[in-house]
Amino acid sequence: MPYSDKILEHYNNPRNVGSFDAKDPDVGTGLVGAPECGDVMKLQIRVNPSTGLIEDAKFKTFGCGSAIASSSLATEWLKGKTVDEAMGIKNTQIVEELALPPVKVHCSVLAEDAIKAAIKNFHDKQDVEAPAESREPVAVGG
Amino acid sequence: MVKLPIYMDNNSTTRTDPRVVDAMLPYFTEKFGNAASRSHPFGWEAEAAVEEARDQIADLIGASGKEIIFTSGATESANLALKGVAAMYKKKGNHFISTAVEHKCVLDPLKRLEREGCHVTILPVDKFGQVHPEQVREAMTDKTVLVSVIAANNEIGTINPVKGIGAVCKEKGVLFHVDAVQSVGKVPVDVEEMGIDLLSLSGHKVYGPKGVGALYVRKKNPRVRLEPMQDGGGHERGMRSGTLAVPFIVGLGAACDIARREMPEESKKTFALRERLRKGIMDKLPETYLNGHPTERLPGNANISFAYVEGEGLMMGIKDVAVSSGSACTSASLEPSYVLRALGVGDELAHSSIRFGLGRFNTEAEVDYVVDLVVREVSRLREMSPLFEMVQQGIDITKIEWAAH
Repeated sequence: MPYSDKILEHYNNPRNVGSFDAKDPDVGTGLVGAPECGDVMKLQIRVNPSTGLIEDAKFKTFGCGSAIASSSLATEWLKGKTVDEAMGIKNTQIVEELALPPVKVHCSVLAEDAIKAAIKNFHDKQDVEAPAESREPVAVGG
Repeated sequence: MVKLPIYMDNNSTTRTDPRVVDAMLPYFTEKFGNAASRSHPFGWEAEAAVEEARDQIADLIGASGKEIIFTSGATESANLALKGVAAMYKKKGNHFISTAVEHKCVLDPLKRLEREGCHVTILPVDKFGQVHPEQVREAMTDKTVLVSVIAANNEIGTINPVKGIGAVCKEKGVLFHVDAVQSVGKVPVDVEEMGIDLLSLSGHKVYGPKGVGALYVRKKNPRVRLEPMQDGGGHERGMRSGTLAVPFIVGLGAACDIARREMPEESKKTFALRERLRKGIMDKLPETYLNGHPTERLPGNANISFAYVEGEGLMMGIKDVAVSSGSACTSASLEPSYVLRALGVGDELAHSSIRFGLGRFNTEAEVDYVVDLVVREVSRLREMSPLFEMVQQGIDITKIEWAAH
């Protein structure tokens, strides 16, 4: 099965590989998947406390090329978004952007799960409820 | 410089040897006769070529040419052996014994026989992938008609103690089928010495063409009989009707002839390449594991798990090298290789496995290129792996409650 050029590009030049200190209160960490299933993604966001914007994002992924590409793309998309906006990233957008074949759709689902897990972790640390339906910036501090 | 892509998937298929192709070509054009045509020289010529091929195959496995039945490949051979015995010997018994690491062309016919009322015992294997004669003996009942064992496994290369199992079968008067697809032409196989009654082999695994195989059917001590799977002109002693694929049969014969003559030298060369590859990779990369038996294995096979790196992900990094992975990321199910599972290799390491299959046409330069590439890519992917990072931090990743998906 040939891979799309975009998958190969992300696989060969993954963006934002690395880690933040998971204990940092401005950092949210999502760890999803399982080694025995062949996919584990760790995705982290760093949120600017004054603007509520995701300033930086990093990932590490154990998985196939499509899983690596999906998480690499996710970190690119996360940067500059508000946490609320980030919640709106859908796996179908990743499927479309990377032209993932049907058998690889689960990689995009995992990336969406990782984004949501990282945001949840961030919120838990901020000791606030998950984003309400209102579009207000996330409260910081507390 | 080596020429890319490099083919290192010889357990999957092999390149047809140019000498084999040369032997086949006249049988498409000027020597196109039907081997069953008894009334003219075209038929006689084709028949003579088929009989020569029969002898060439027989010579490689210590049989007589009369005991070779031509088929479309090893899948058909194994189906004919198992189902043909089940139908022919149903008055004698309906119990079959096999192993957990057989190829699907044995396991699936057995599953069908089970659905049709036969009893099937699937023996577990040890951590190297071997089944032992005593296990076979203990599994036998007075209803056992056939034992089917893979001589050398296609994924992990482990060679089974076929001779010992054959002796148990002889002692108990039970028929013995051997899937010798991977071992024929690579390691010595002798149907007399090993007590084999039925043996399946394939053309394209021995540098012959795809689409042809053979089934050895013992003619005496005992004379094995099979119920045919298809009815027609009564070819192949009535066991496999259908016009013989003369060019392919000639190719299979030529391939077996070359294998018989060159095996001693070739297996040494392939083994040396395999060891160069295995040591090159495993000495440079920590936490790599050889799956299968350390010594009782096919000379060309190295199945290696690279901890913290997913096999399919690694294959993308070494995409100029044709290999296989025990990760089943591409298949409909997300389950890794059932063979590695049968050995007790954990799912995580099964997902991290790569099968390298070296063969006749590989070179030292190719091996060196692959070693460098694999070491570089595994190191890169480990730097990208959250599991590797956790282990570096002293976290026991087996203690984490992963959410299976």
